[in-house]
Amino acid sequence: MKAAVIVFPGINRENDMVRALESGAGASVTTVWHTETSLPAGVDLVAIPGGFSYGDYLRCGAIAGRSPVMTAIVDHASRGGMVLGVCNGFQILTEAGLLPGALMRNAGLKFVCRQVRLSVENHTTFFSRSLKKGDVVSCPVAHHDGNYFADADTLRQLEGEGQVVFRYAEGTNPNGAINDIAGIVNASGNVIGMMPHPENMIEPLHGKIDCRPMFEGLAAA
Amino acid sequence: MKAKVIITLKNGVLDPQGKAIEGALAGLGFTGVDNVRQGKFIELDVDAASADDARTRVEDMCEKLLSNTVIENYRVEVE
Repeated sequence: MKAAVIVFPGINRENDMVRALESGAGASVTTVWHTETSLPAGVDLVAIPGGFSYGDYLRCGAIAGRSPVMTAIVDHASRGGMVLGVCNGFQILTEAGLLPGALMRNAGLKFVCRQVRLSVENHTTFFSRSLKKGDVVSCPVAHHDGNYFADADTLRQLEGEGQVVFRYAEGTNPNGAINDIAGIVNASGNVIGMMPHPENMIEPLHGKIDCRPMFEGLAAA
Repeated sequence: MKAKVIITLKNGVLDPQGKAIEGALAGLGFTGVDNVRQGKFIELDVDAASADDARTRVEDMCEKLLSNTVIENYRVEVE
């Protein structure tokens, strides 16, 4: 599998993502700077890592979501190509209109950096298919604006169509996200965004390897 | 032409920062304060033939970048 990891100024988890895609998914990974207007030929997966693109100016992900490389990513997604956004990457995907809803300031107002438990709600997506529905895995979060919000109609669709992929397990919602939503997939099933950092729970040195199956599942893509 | 954009959270969208401000005001003894909402204020100069033209352009900017219409409302004032 060929993957592109997109790098915006202020992104700081790109090396973690590259390593996870290489070691977990066996992918051949290229990093792509945000000023590029095209993706490397034959890319299967675009990953937008975490960090603080453009210093979170205006709104988290707002400026990155409208940067030159996004046009190529929107094209890639419209052709059915896989897109994964983690943390700031999730915020960027919502700002770019590739995923519904918005990520707002954490309800508790504090930056949260801790481990949460994620419940797998949809095990049929390209990033959850090596897990089982109802599995609960540990995963770190590190964000200030992870409070997922969507209006009632959008929420009804997400819940009704199985577009909620990961939910914070009971008692671990770190940010006030509506319906404990931690990660979602778009209606066509090829764009996933999540606030937690699975790329940081895949090696024994991370303490646990709970999220390794997510990357291993990508290998078959 | 100078334009001012006021961006506020939509009704029904939780504003934890507004709530924190409200709590701090109460702590300072300001009573009778309710529904504190925090927003953004953006000021910009635009080349435009008329105030209407300026307003149309700035509203377009609000739709495409300055506000996130999923959670925010905007209001444009042109001087």
